[in-house]
Amino acid sequence: MNKVLLGILVGAILGVFDGLSAWFTPEVRNQLMGIVFGSTIKGLIAGVLIGFFARKVHSLALGLVFGLAVGLLLAYAVAAMQPGPNHYYFQIMLPGGIVGTIIGYATQRFGQPVQSAAS
Amino acid sequence: MTWLSDSALERLRAAADAPDLAGTRYQLVSKLGQGGMGGVFQVEDQVLERQVALKAVSIADPQGTLAARLLQEARIIARLEHPGIVPVHDAGMLPDGRPYYTMKLVQGQRLDAHVVAVTTLTDRLRLFLRICDPVAFAHAHGVLHRDLKPSNVMVGPFGEVLVMDWGLSKLLHDPQQREKASVASDNLPTVPPADRTAHGTVLGTPGYMAPEQAEANAVIDQRADIYSLGAILQFLLAGALPLPRALDAIRKQAMNVDSSRRYHAVQELSADIQHFLDGVAVSAYPEGPLTRMWRWVRRNRAWILLLLVYIVVRALLIFFRPH
Repeated sequence: MNKVLLGILVGAILGVFDGLSAWFTPEVRNQLMGIVFGSTIKGLIAGVLIGFFARKVHSLALGLVFGLAVGLLLAYAVAAMQPGPNHYYFQIMLPGGIVGTIIGYATQRFGQPVQSAAS
Repeated sequence: MTWLSDSALERLRAAADAPDLAGTRYQLVSKLGQGGMGGVFQVEDQVLERQVALKAVSIADPQGTLAARLLQEARIIARLEHPGIVPVHDAGMLPDGRPYYTMKLVQGQRLDAHVVAVTTLTDRLRLFLRICDPVAFAHAHGVLHRDLKPSNVMVGPFGEVLVMDWGLSKLLHDPQQREKASVASDNLPTVPPADRTAHGTVLGTPGYMAPEQAEANAVIDQRADIYSLGAILQFLLAGALPLPRALDAIRKQAMNVDSSRRYHAVQELSADIQHFLDGVAVSAYPEGPLTRMWRWVRRNRAWILLLLVYIVVRALLIFFRPH
């Protein structure tokens, strides 16, 4: 499996679980499907970006930092889009950053690098 | 009568020992060492203008046994084309009637000297795997080395590993080479120096030689070399305390006195070492469920840590969520 595909897969799985954790918050439980869908899309986007980065840059440290940055950035965007006065930046960005870091780790450690064409 | 001094005698002995290279393409540079049946010399190949090593019989050989063995050694090495085995360039007869062969001149250190600079267990095991490769290759081509020991392994300046001195090698399934492995039958000294294999004595080196190799009429196979590899592994692990149990089990299985309980192929031994390096189970060490789980946790600790951090953060955010 190549690194981009691995990033997409890990991002999607973590996105689903991240979204499902909203079930523990009764106030938003009726919006669970929408949250899971949005979280999965966020995970997919993070997976693509981090997967492409891992394909270009082979460094665990840089992969973790990039994953964290992408996770935080996407989570910030999601938090900023929240309706109402409370955006829950901390509550959304903290787990989002960790999810990005996990994707960064997975894509650096595993997945096949792209084979260069024979000259 | 004039007595010759020791140094004069030594010079005379060296001159008599030196190969007669007159009329050949080679010019003597220096003597590199002395093996059980011959000397190894550094010579210059004047045609190709390069330094090579020349091995020639250097002790009395009235029956031609050593000459035949030297030629056999050259033929065996020549059939083993592997980066871990020194290539033979040429073989023939010197003007003084002694057979010889030339091979690549290996620049580097013997394993017993090189190992001092290899400090980590992982690096030593990787080095060991590189020793296993040419031996496995030789076995695949029906050749036993029979004298594997640290002084017969050279490590080059770029880390390349070469298994040397195939003078005692034996072709498997060769009826003419069914030989009695042990005791001297000629007039050569029966107690060789501890670190040298001499013709007509025990074929092998004590400490590195499989027990069955010391038995008269014993038929030996690749498991004798596996025993020697186990002894080399033991040498490489000396001082690595505490020795991990799995690694000790690998060493014990390779060096089992009962050859039927050893690894049956070098690949099995190197696979176990590779598994140990990869942190997975080794065949020589059956482990319980707790050990297996602990090893899995250690191997996947980064994953587990990241997921635990995520779960803890999630749990804290749920527990302390704003109402």
